[in-house]
Amino acid sequence: MLKRFAGWVLSAPATVLVVVFLVLPVAATIAATFIEPAGIIAPYQAFFSSGFRRTVLWRTLEISLITTVISLFVGFLTAYVVARSPGRIKSLLIIAAVFPLLTGVVVRSFAWLIILGRNGILNNFLVWLGVTDQPFAMLYTQWSVIAAMVYLFVPLMILTLVGVLENIPDDVIQASASLGASPAATFRQVIFPLAVPGLIVGAVLVFTGSFTAYATPQLLGGERQMVMGTLMYQRAMVAFDWTGASTIAAIMVVVTIAVVLFMTRVARRLNPMAT
Amino acid sequence: MTTRLHPGLIAFAVVVYIFLMGPLIIVFGAALSDTTYLTFPPQGLTLRWFERIFEIGAFRRTIITSVQVAFLATAMALIIGIPAAYALNRYRIQLPGWLSTLFVLPILVPEIVLGFSLLRSVAVGQSTPIFITLLIGHTLIVLPYCVRVVSASLASFDFSIEEAAISLGSRPLKTFFTIVLPNVRSGVIAAFILAFITSINDVSVSLFLTGPGISTLPIQILAHVEQFFDPVIASVSVLLMLLTVAVMAIVERTLGLTFLAK
Repeated sequence: MLKRFAGWVLSAPATVLVVVFLVLPVAATIAATFIEPAGIIAPYQAFFSSGFRRTVLWRTLEISLITTVISLFVGFLTAYVVARSPGRIKSLLIIAAVFPLLTGVVVRSFAWLIILGRNGILNNFLVWLGVTDQPFAMLYTQWSVIAAMVYLFVPLMILTLVGVLENIPDDVIQASASLGASPAATFRQVIFPLAVPGLIVGAVLVFTGSFTAYATPQLLGGERQMVMGTLMYQRAMVAFDWTGASTIAAIMVVVTIAVVLFMTRVARRLNPMAT
Repeated sequence: MTTRLHPGLIAFAVVVYIFLMGPLIIVFGAALSDTTYLTFPPQGLTLRWFERIFEIGAFRRTIITSVQVAFLATAMALIIGIPAAYALNRYRIQLPGWLSTLFVLPILVPEIVLGFSLLRSVAVGQSTPIFITLLIGHTLIVLPYCVRVVSASLASFDFSIEEAAISLGSRPLKTFFTIVLPNVRSGVIAAFILAFITSINDVSVSLFLTGPGISTLPIQILAHVEQFFDPVIASVSVLLMLLTVAVMAIVERTLGLTFLAK
């Protein structure tokens, strides 16, 4: 009798923790946006009728999309080199990608403050080169946020894709070469399609991560480049507008779920190995 | 994979790795600079910024809070995560498939949404003390690592060994601690390390669960940067990086570093 429920009993504490402290509170946050006295969708009308908040949403989507595309490109080419490197160099390159990943988001974003600041390294370097005699205002722009985000996500992309590329059997590549395909053609027509599932997993991780980021846009974008994460914090903790913050939270959850579902569908369609 | 790599591709990868390592080296250099502002390359060398960390009360307090929270949250997540991982492998047939998805939900739900919801429903809604709420939040975000990593090592564990012990008269609980747990030791160590690092570095969940009196190190760093732009932040960052190096060394000793790449 006990045996029949042993699995449930053992997984009960973890199940209760997740249901009580994650599922219910998040559901409550989302539900709170639909029970406003002003009307069921009033908080969403308020969000989308505000030009400022629409701009924030668009900016966040734009930053996330650009970050994802750059990270995909850089991560894929680098992972390709890592996957084909001889044993010792390969493990060294993997360690070099793991190290930044284990270093916190705050530390890695902060590094970009030193690089991009008005008296930062990049400006000093440009002045020294004679490119300019006035330092550029590089901080608190959309591109400073994107630079730091790409920096944040490239290691993740490399590690995700190295795993996928290593699983591509050697025979397939040799077959392609022996049938007369040039290395470039093999790359385009054999390796790339086989890596698509990995690229999609990477894209989902980077996009949802950028879309809901807080620390990086806060440090490198500040008030001037407000994104969904920083706007949500500002609504909740500075303006004490909890309905507004909940609305942003709900939009984040919807966008995250939509991206995951959409990309899984794309993955299924593009995967050549799918049965 | 044996075909030769195009030299252009190799050059590209070299540039990417310089891009990955450069900023961290810059932080390291800036921490040693004998100036009151952040600069690189360092002008003069000093370790005084490292002493300064411990002279600032807010850093001392938040370092202690962060370590406490990371230890307690990781311990709790392992205590409830290991039985769950065991159940997922041992009783796979009687448990529904969505259960394993439930345990990774904390990574799927945006952390900032989780933090805000815990503030709304638990800290304010149930008047739970902020430290307890912070602990709950951290336990949640590290739980997926504990369940999944331990689960992965249990997947290659042969449960017939356990059955043999039980049929020879060993009690189930004793069997678990003497037979099962030692066999998945490396998984538990890896889970502990990943969870600890995740908790120490967390921003998005802690963001809403800190206030006057209680804060964590990453939140304190964010607050400090807003006001001062001095090398103290760089030296705190170096401390965090040294922690990462220590962790990687432990992993290397116990499991081999290729483990981290999985």
